Amino acid sequence: MTISDLVKGDKAIITSFIVDDIPLKLIEMGCIEGSFVELVQKAPLKDPLYLNVNGTYLAIRKETASQILVEKV
Amino acid sequence: MSTPLKVALIGNPNTGKTSLFNSLTGLNQKVGNYPGITVDKKTGSCKLSDSVTASIIDLPGTYSLNASSEDESIAVKVLSEKENTYYPDVVVVVAEVENLKRNLLLFTQVKDLGLPTVLVINMQDLMQTKGITIDVPTLEEELNTKIILLSSKKNTGVSQLKDAVLNYKNLSLVPCAIETNSILKSTNLSEKQQQHKDTIKRYQFIKNILDKHYAVEVTRAEGFRAKLDGLITHKVFGYIIFFAILFGIFQALFSWSEYPMDLIDSAFAFLSDWTKNNLPEGVFTRLLSEGIIPGIGGVVIFIPQIAFLFLFLSILEESGYMSRVVFLMDKIMRKFGLSGKSVVPLISGTACAIPAIMAARNIENWKERLITILVTPFTTCAARLPVYAIIISLVIPKGNPLLGMSTHALVLMSLYMLGFGAAILSAYILNKVLKIQSKSYFVIEMPNYKMPLFKNVFYNVLDKTKAFVLGAGKIILAVSILLWVLASYGPGADFDNAEELVKTEFTNLEGEELDTKIASYKLEHSYIGTFGKFIEPSIKPLGYDWKIGIALITSFAAREVFVGTLATIYSVGSEDESTLKEKMKREVHSGTMKPVFDFPTGISLLLFYAFAMQCMSTVAIVKKETNGWKWPLIQMFAMTIFAYLVALVSYQVLH
Repeated sequence: MTISDLVKGDKAIITSFIVDDIPLKLIEMGCIEGSFVELVQKAPLKDPLYLNVNGTYLAIRKETASQILVEKV
Repeated sequence: MSTPLKVALIGNPNTGKTSLFNSLTGLNQKVGNYPGITVDKKTGSCKLSDSVTASIIDLPGTYSLNASSEDESIAVKVLSEKENTYYPDVVVVVAEVENLKRNLLLFTQVKDLGLPTVLVINMQDLMQTKGITIDVPTLEEELNTKIILLSSKKNTGVSQLKDAVLNYKNLSLVPCAIETNSILKSTNLSEKQQQHKDTIKRYQFIKNILDKHYAVEVTRAEGFRAKLDGLITHKVFGYIIFFAILFGIFQALFSWSEYPMDLIDSAFAFLSDWTKNNLPEGVFTRLLSEGIIPGIGGVVIFIPQIAFLFLFLSILEESGYMSRVVFLMDKIMRKFGLSGKSVVPLISGTACAIPAIMAARNIENWKERLITILVTPFTTCAARLPVYAIIISLVIPKGNPLLGMSTHALVLMSLYMLGFGAAILSAYILNKVLKIQSKSYFVIEMPNYKMPLFKNVFYNVLDKTKAFVLGAGKIILAVSILLWVLASYGPGADFDNAEELVKTEFTNLEGEELDTKIASYKLEHSYIGTFGKFIEPSIKPLGYDWKIGIALITSFAAREVFVGTLATIYSVGSEDESTLKEKMKREVHSGTMKPVFDFPTGISLLLFYAFAMQCMSTVAIVKKETNGWKWPLIQMFAMTIFAYLVALVSYQVLH
């Protein structure tokens, strides 16, 4: 499953992604394998997604979110 | 005194780095550009002790030194090239207590450059409310650095920081013990993959340290943020709040700035008169009172509006609200080929397209950024206002048809809507037409809500306003001097012998009437008059005469020059002190004696200015931001042709 499959309030651990498919900035902000991620909220039109990645709050589009594999905890 | 100590400030966005810069430098700061690129360069000076002054450079906010953007590569250059003018003696890395882990990534990269480095942990005041504890001495030891706890809000820690910077020779130069070199050199990974591996290594290192010396009580951390987010990004209330704020801003912008603007207007009119009456007569006095003073007045009059707009924008930005708007609007904007981040340029565009287009830099996706850059000049910038204001007051009859709103306000509002409409619509078309493949990257930090600090807002407004006045001011001043010269001198005998020619032709005229006739005859045969006459055939179908033609040409420098030009044209040689509006009202076509500024011509002018790309500086900034002439030229021609056609149709229909 990917981040885009999470629903509001879900918590998960990032398992893997293809480096070339996601922006470097996201990696630098702490979105790496093993990081904790929580879906804080979806925008009114279900996109973008508002996340808490390892304590950093950020928003990304669904398209990017669907490239990042996670495991729910 | 010795040369100042060079200090570089670096840190992630939203860490309070700019607050710290403001605390250190106060009013001793200046904003410029790095040569050749458009990244803002902020420098300032700060007294560290009685004998030592530091020159401080505020590097652009960045998450890493991986140099994937222009801002980041500036930071890398300054910190790694010993011959660079700004190569610092000390680096101060500003981190924020809540996101220490992420902030330390940049710290470890800076530390590895082998420069004396101080780590500032900002927002100390949050530690108690958020239940955070840090074991500072041990952390200092593990990171081989000096740590300063600081609160920009409560203004504590600054003197400790100054001491640490003063004693920079005691700072350790030992890099963080992270084995990253093995990744960088030995493998055949792509650059991005290497950076990814490097980042992971660094985060592991940081995690190991912070797990031991940094603790958060999670339960205390979140309540307020979640509640406010729930309201502000709500599917109904979120949009209502956003549009209410926008409406409030525009309302305030127009009603509040009216008073200072009127004041400035009359002050300059007075100054111009005073110079004319009190200085010895001659070319210089005329240049001053007819060219330079009205020219400067034309720029200064925008200060209230620009300042108010930046005041509101920086409050929205500082408080953390702007990120929520971006989040809220992204999906909608994407339907038009724009990004949620285009909201900021489009709103800023109502002040001035130049900072607005620069703000588009935050948009990661090239196609969305390009479209934003191309459509932003359609939004009604402050420079169009004086043009609109004078024409509306001339050709639109006064009245209060709708809920007490005056016809003038209604027309002005429609022109704003027209601008936004044109921007959105052309974005939609460009999105369909442009064939650019680029990844839909979009990352935005959602910072904590903060009470905006007065100091930060104040300096931001000051910087932006100063940049506008100096930037636009130079052009407008130059244009108004040039104009005055072109209007005061002419080719050939018609101009030189104007007085006799008029006297022989109109023998019945006397006194003031004769003077006016001579002045207008002179203007008609001056250099600029000749040129205006030359282009008259091409603008006649739009309802304009050659004088408007001159204003149209000169206002390509900047739209507001239109008013200044008419002011100069109508005041060259004229002794009469009535306002520009009265002069325009009296202006008639020489053949038919009908007023020049009638309803069809007025509407045609309003529409022309709504759509035309009448701004040299915008062309220049678009060239800079798109790296070439292709896009600014396409943009300019498309907008101007469109404006011409719309004005043509409206005049022909209304006429």
